[in-house]
Amino acid sequence: MSDNRTEMLNQIRAIEFMAVELNLYLDTHPNDQRALNEYNYYTRQLMGAKNEYERRYGPLSNFGGSFSRYPWQWIEEPWPWQQDIIPD
Amino acid sequence: MWFYEKKTQYPVKIKKTDPRMAKYILSQYGGPDGELAASLRYLSQRYAMPTPEAIATLNDIGTEELAHFEMIGSMVYQLTKDASIEQIKATDNGVYYTDHDKGIYPSTGTGVPFNAAYIQSKGDPMADIHEDMAAEQKARATYEHLLDLADDPDVMEPLKFLREREIVHFQRFGEVMDKLQEYLNSKKYF
Ligand SMILES: [Fe+2]
Repeated sequence: MSDNRTEMLNQIRAIEFMAVELNLYLDTHPNDQRALNEYNYYTRQLMGAKNEYERRYGPLSNFGGSFSRYPWQWIEEPWPWQQDIIPD
Repeated sequence: MWFYEKKTQYPVKIKKTDPRMAKYILSQYGGPDGELAASLRYLSQRYAMPTPEAIATLNDIGTEELAHFEMIGSMVYQLTKDASIEQIKATDNGVYYTDHDKGIYPSTGTGVPFNAAYIQSKGDPMADIHEDMAAEQKARATYEHLLDLADDPDVMEPLKFLREREIVHFQRFGEVMDKLQEYLNSKKYF
């Protein structure tokens, strides 16, 4: 897996997009076993990718969704809209 | 990016149909001091905030408000889902029924649609944080008015929880304001 922050985020986005697409498809095709298997595959991939990202760069989600080291890492910049300060 | 979690933040389980109470509560769904207005206000204002604490607080409270929006929608739904036409007429909810039947529509109890004019995003951190503190006080007062109007404990418990949250939000915004003041002062001197 890449150790470049932007690249790791793009990897997460790509996996997550698969999960979003399969999720929406499954909402109207709940009996499609093949799609379901793929959904579960990407869900596992996504968990792994997020864990790895968070270990390096801090929490991706709030309200108990991610651990934080001291001091509280959640407030650390950059926020998603601060593209100018996201290091490559 | 946002994720949905399939549960309300605090339990909402109302057993007794009461379209009149639903009409009163609906204002917190789409009214001037309601949860939708609160969420959109904070999530829109966060971009112009200059400190990480201010951004995080607006981001997170704006997110929590969406959970409150869902609680209010659930309350209105449960209060009206089994209402008969007679009950709806008797509680003067016929006007809402004409346009929305039992659909949950972001409006005041009298049917005034949600309006972004309820909120501001001034691009000025001090102006915005003052609005936010006032907004939390107004929401707190609204929940107290609703508690005056309610008598069913199933309705009152979630309303009390939501009232408490407004007090906590007000407290956090007050702390953000102090920090913003420090930040703005330090910028003046250096
Ligand atoms: Fe609030």
